[in-house]
This record gives sequence, C-alpha cells and structure tokens, in this order.
Amino acid sequence: MTKLSSLISGIIFGLGLTISGMVNPQKVLGFLNIFDAWDPSLMFVMIGAILIFSPLHFIFKRKSRPIFAENFIVPANKNINKNLIIGAIMFGAGWGLTGLCPGPAISAISLLNTDVYLFVLFMFIGFYLGNFIQSRK
Amino acid sequence: MNIINFTPISAFVGGSLIGFAAFLFFAFNGRMAGVSSIASRSIINNKNRFDNILFLFGLIIGPIIYSFSGKEIVSVLTNSIPLLIIGGLLVGVGTKIGSGCTSGHGVCGISRFSLRSIIATITFIITAVITVLIFGM
Repeated sequence: MTKLSSLISGIIFGLGLTISGMVNPQKVLGFLNIFDAWDPSLMFVMIGAILIFSPLHFIFKRKSRPIFAENFIVPANKNINKNLIIGAIMFGAGWGLTGLCPGPAISAISLLNTDVYLFVLFMFIGFYLGNFIQSRK
Repeated sequence: MNIINFTPISAFVGGSLIGFAAFLFFAFNGRMAGVSSIASRSIINNKNRFDNILFLFGLIIGPIIYSFSGKEIVSVLTNSIPLLIIGGLLVGVGTKIGSGCTSGHGVCGISRFSLRSIIATITFIITAVITVLIFGM
C-alpha cells in the first residue's frame, strides 16, 4: 500500500510544481535575480508549502505510527557540519546556473524538452559521485 | 530592484499542494518528501526502492494531468550543453553531500524547525543568488 501513497503523493507534488510555475527554470531564475528584475513567486511557493505541511505534520506526528508504513523516519542528524555547508554551496551553484533543482527537473521530463534529460542524467551521476565521496570518509 | 512576472496566487496554491503532498507522504509512508533523497535512494539504496520510483513517476505525470486542463505549461531552459552537465553534476553531488534540496531542506526541514535545514536553505539560496548575479540568467 505504501506504493499507492507514494504514487499519489508524487502526482500531487508534480501538480503543485506545475501550477506554481516551478517547472519553468526561467521563473526560478527570476526569483534568484533579486538585484535586477525580481519575481518573488518562489518565496510564496515555499510559504504555502510550509504553512500546510508544518502544522499538519506536527499534529500527525503524535500518532504512534504512519497509516501504511511501520514507523516514522525523520532525519536524526543535528550536526551543522562541513558536508552540509559544502553540499548546499554546490547545490546552490548548480541551481543558479540552470534554474533547476531535483523536483522540477524530474517533473519537466514529461514536457519533452530534451535539454532537461541531459541535466537529469548528470544529476543522477552526481548522486552516485556524492555517495562515493561520502562512503570514502 | 523592480518586481516582474509575480504570480502570488498560483505560487501559493501550487505551494500548498506541494505541502499537502508532503503531508500525505508523511502520514501514509512516515517519510519526508525530499526529492533529492527520494531520487538518489531510488538508484543507490534497495530499501523502499519501488516506493521511491513510484513517487518520481508521480512527479513526471503531474504535469501531464495538469495539461488535460488545456492550459499551456511554460518551461524555458538553457540549451548550453556544458551548463546542463555542470549544473546537473553540482545539483546531484551537492544535494547528496548536503543531504537535501529545496523540498527536503527548504520545505520539510524548515517545517520541522530543523536548524540544519534552515542553515542549508539560507546557504543554497545565497549561493544561487550570487551565481545568477555573476553568470546572469
């Protein structure tokens, strides 16, 4: 049953990315272009998502377990370490160069823009490389 | 600075859907809807692999369902091959090492009041703004 809820969550997430315009890298770059002609939309996307997810998740978390899965899996790491900062800087640079982050890049696969396939391919190669770098430490 | 192309309502509605999708994934699967983690685990980790792949598949069909409304989906992306390759690698490696992206840190992490995610989000947004400032849109 977790497969069904995964699929439905993904579809609604993809719809949200589409309605909000976040599948358009130009719109994301418009948000990052603060010092010139600024499009604050992305900030409203994040505020909308947080306003819904935050309270609902705090209320639901009091239950003993999720509906389909056996237990809640919440990130336990609380360390502000070098990896967190270096990773965020690398991600920010790639995001700023293209206007693409993982969610919209994967959703945009269905828009049949072949340029995005190349980005997604190298993003997955990047996951492997990142995993390799982490496992060596 | 002047404000252009600002679409607060669609951004807020789309963002709320993203937050709701994240809540469903948490309530049913007990997990955080961080797309970079879901995507990287789908190739690196056997655990919940099919759940992860189905979530990504949902992301891809979200825009297809939206297109049934008859509305056009705008998505403008660079066609520079070096930029797509370097951008994809940076996003892949960066989100893997930094344990999250716009959804994992920016939406879910901030919603949980995770200091790690708040610092990561500030770091990648500042880096992306500087990147756009240097390289342009």
